[in-house]
Parts: sequence; C-alpha cells; structure tokens
Amino acid sequence: MSVLVVMEQASGGGWHRISREALAAGKRLAAEMKLPVAAAVLGTPDSVAMLAAQLAGDGVTTVWGVEHSALDRYTADAFVAALQQLVNEAKPAFVVFPHTYQVRDYAPALATRMSEVLVSDVVALNVSDGLATFTRQWMGGKLNAQYRHTGSGSCFVSVQAGSFRADVPEASAAAGEVKQFAPQIDATQIRTKPGEPFREAARTVDLGSAQVIVSVGRGIGEQENLGMVEELASALGAELAASRPICDAGWLPMERQVGSSGQTVAPKVYVAVGISGAIQHLVGMKGARTVIAINKDPDAPIFEVADVAAVGDLFEIVPAVTRALKG
Amino acid sequence: MKIVVAVKQVPERDAPVRVSVDGRGVDTGDAWTMNEPDAYALEEALQLKERLGEGEVVVLSAGPERVESTLREALAKGADRALHIVTTEDGAESLEERDTLGVAQMLAEAVRGESPDLVLTGLQSDDLGAGQTGVVLAELLGLPHVTLVLSVEASAGAKQIRVKRELEDGWFQHIELPVPALLTIQSGGNRLRYATLMGIKRARSKETKQVEATPAGERRDEVVRVAMPERTRQTEVLNGAADQIAVKLAERLKAEVGI
Repeated sequence: MSVLVVMEQASGGGWHRISREALAAGKRLAAEMKLPVAAAVLGTPDSVAMLAAQLAGDGVTTVWGVEHSALDRYTADAFVAALQQLVNEAKPAFVVFPHTYQVRDYAPALATRMSEVLVSDVVALNVSDGLATFTRQWMGGKLNAQYRHTGSGSCFVSVQAGSFRADVPEASAAAGEVKQFAPQIDATQIRTKPGEPFREAARTVDLGSAQVIVSVGRGIGEQENLGMVEELASALGAELAASRPICDAGWLPMERQVGSSGQTVAPKVYVAVGISGAIQHLVGMKGARTVIAINKDPDAPIFEVADVAAVGDLFEIVPAVTRALKG
Repeated sequence: MKIVVAVKQVPERDAPVRVSVDGRGVDTGDAWTMNEPDAYALEEALQLKERLGEGEVVVLSAGPERVESTLREALAKGADRALHIVTTEDGAESLEERDTLGVAQMLAEAVRGESPDLVLTGLQSDDLGAGQTGVVLAELLGLPHVTLVLSVEASAGAKQIRVKRELEDGWFQHIELPVPALLTIQSGGNRLRYATLMGIKRARSKETKQVEATPAGERRDEVVRVAMPERTRQTEVLNGAADQIAVKLAERLKAEVGI
C-alpha cells in the first residue's frame, strides 16, 4: 500500500507546474496516513529515465518509470491502458493526479475501468482518525464539500492548481528505488489520432507583466456596458482583462482572459468587476498583491480572496469610482 | 448523423445557495436552468446538423419532473426530440445521491437504446463541477472520446471526424477519431442561440419520452460535510450607498496605484 502520485510532464520538457503541487499533496497524505510515497512518470524510454532519477532524489520511496513508445504523444487510450496495469501491479491505496487538462481527459476513464470514481479538482485534504477526506468546491466556489472514499479499490483524487504549495526537493532525502515498468499497449487499442499542438496567433497582450488590472465578469450583463469598465481601467492606467464567459461571448478577445484556461497574472492591484470568482478564475489571479472586488452578491467567492469587498451594484459604483478618480 | 446531447439542469447562477439541514447537501431554491457548458454542447450539435443538412438531435437529461423545462428549452432551440430519465426528487434514488459512476450508468443505459453516431455533453457542470460525466459515459459505452472540444468537422456518412481540442496556455490540437464517439464541449467554440417564438411553438409538438431511471447502486464515495468556505484574507467590506462605497474605493485605489 502506498500513495502513488502520477506526475505529468510539461509539453516543453520537465514537470508540468501542477505536478510538484500534486507531489506535495501526495507526500502530505502519505505522511498523515503513514504510507510510503510512490511516483510515476509516463513516456518514452528516452524521456522517462532522467525525470525518474530526479524523483528518486525527491523523497519518493518508489519511482515507476512507465515506458512505452505509445506514450510519446498523449492519448487517453494509451494512458488508461498503461496506468490500469501499473495500478494493478503497485496496488496503491491512493492515486493522486495534478488536475490538468490531460488528467481531466483520462483519469475519469481510468477510475471507471477500475470500477472506482475519481474525486476531482480537490482543493484541500484532511486526515483524522486514519480516515482521509478531500474537499471539492460546489456551485462555483460558494460551498466546500468534503468527500470520503468508500469503494474497495484504490482512491483516485486530482488536485487543483494552487491548492498545495509546490514540493521542494529535500537535499537530505534518502534515494528512492527506480523501477521500470513496461505496460502492454497494442497500437489497435488507440482510437484517437492526435495532431501537432498549435497556437492560433501570437499573444499581443501580456497581462502577466501588468501592474494594475481591471477585470470584468458576467455581472456586466451586456457588451454595451463594457464601456464603463474600460473608462475605469483607463483612469487607473490599467490593463483590461476578463473572466472566461466574457471572452466566450466574444465581447473581449480570448487573450484578455485571466484564469486556468487563460493568463496567470500577479499585478499590484487587481480590480474584479462583476466576477463571481469560480476556482478557474481564482487560480489565475491569486498572486495579486491587493484584490478589490465589486459584486452585488455578498456570498460571491471572489470576496474570499479580496482585500476590499464592495458589495453593491457595479453599474452605480464603477462610474462613480471613475468620476472620483478623475475629480 | 444522429447526435445525443446529454444536458443537466442546475440551479440558476444567482440563486441563493445554502447548506442543507443535514449538513451534507445544498438547498438551492427552485430557480433552475440548463447547465451552460451543456448549452454549448447542444449548440454544437444543432450547428453540426445544420451544416450536414441531415440528421437528428436527441436531448437527454436525468432528474425529477422539473428537468422537463430544460428539455423543453432544448426542443425550442431546435432539438428534434427529448429523452427524460425520471429520478425521484430526493432520497437514495435521486440524482444527487448517485456518484459520478452511478449517474453515468443511468445515462449510458438510455444512450445505448439510441445507438447514436455522436454523444455530446458539456465539459463540466456549474453545480458540482466534477467534469467527469462525459468521460465516464464514454468508457461505459466503449466509445472513444475527446474532451474540451471547441469545434467538430464531420461529413454525412463519414466514419471519421476531426475535432479541435483546447490545450493549456493558449495551445490547441486537432484530433481525428472514428464514430461513434463522445465529445465534451468547451464553451466559447460557438455562440449560443436563443429560442425563437416559432421554436417554442414547434417544441410543443415534439416528443419527450420518459424512461425509468435504473436503480442507484452503491456509491464509491460519500459526501460527509458541506460548508460555506472560510475567508482566507482579512477583508474590508464596504456596504451601503453606492456613492459612499465609490469614494472609499477611489481613495484606496489612489493609494495603491499611486495616482
């Protein structure tokens, strides 16, 4: 029995940024459950060896180097097949994933194939009396729900970005054992044919370096109302940004989106106008030094991360703030 | 091309949310709407049918009687017929008391009877947000799947489709896969339509078939506690008249930004 952390590689090499956070979560869970930590890295024999060796020096007891030529370019079919075989071999009590787009694509199928469920998008974990509970958000972050695994097999969980402080390798850690694992994957099992990743157009807006950002959400209601937010941004010398629904509607270009599917920002001041604050948005702006939020709903999750919470009608407050700034 | 779109009815976005009396669920009042990611899935299905000039769009939802309003909305937007998996409102057989696998098993049973070429659903629900139902459903049906799909290219009678998938950090990818297949649709790939008066009228004559929900099996997880989140920062709360709030905000902004 162990806690097995399935690490994800970044597309450009090295670790996906959430992998080290998942490793930290896995280590904490293992310590509190008094279980050893194992980690797995999947890929071709070329790509796996170095990363596996690195993990072995990171306080991981057993590192599984899961190697197969079919694991080169990601497909759900190859990953599910490989991990099913690994889980059957390693029999972990817990399998911890980073909650990446890739994990969202295959981990639910893996759990299903093993007659289990995945507790996805976990923001906190807790162990008491030897029982682990995992916190997920409901209703766009308005509620926290604690889940406990009751199935008889492995417990599968994926952890949300920014919820656990990334693991820092311990210099003094005893070296772990690296095991090579060669899954059986038949080319005919792989039903999808993935193409080369591409970008649509070069980003022309770098929100990441902006000092002041005024960001607008669904509360603005209509595209015609964006003007008042633009005026506030210009009065502050701020970059204009938005949450996903505004860009989905085509009211602002996708490159102005802040959140897990957009840009990650860390300005001195972040003004959130009519943004409820779903976790997907919060992970993109939690690094802001000061967060000022304007929302009519006193229970809006954005207020949980706000330094200043203005509860009221943005259509009255925003123009009045702009006037006061200019006056 | 026959397309089944699985949609969920969720509480309206602005509906007040409270922890239920037993501390393990949520009280949401009775304002319900179609899960927005599922609305994008429905839109993709309707546009696909329009582009192909043939086919059928069947909308599928599980839940108590109230989900009929969401099915009617889908029919008014252009779906051809509806399938309603009827569950109890509360108790062990309700939607809320089933885990992800249990919900997907119930949907799989209904989809099997239709033998569609494509099954579409939203990438996640606005209420529980697990983001798994589509993938679990694909696995149960033995179908290949792609998640976070922004657009679908298909031709009539083709055995293969090509989809555009969103990756992280502004990257995309095309994926080819055989049909039948299941796709979860990402928002923003298309623009949602509104139901027209004509559509609403036509929906009245469209069929909604009720099917009985399969019995709920044993859960693999349980919800032990639901609570309002704790605030992590010291927050200065500004209430009251808008102009007074605005004066305080402007002062703070001037100080922070250095105007």
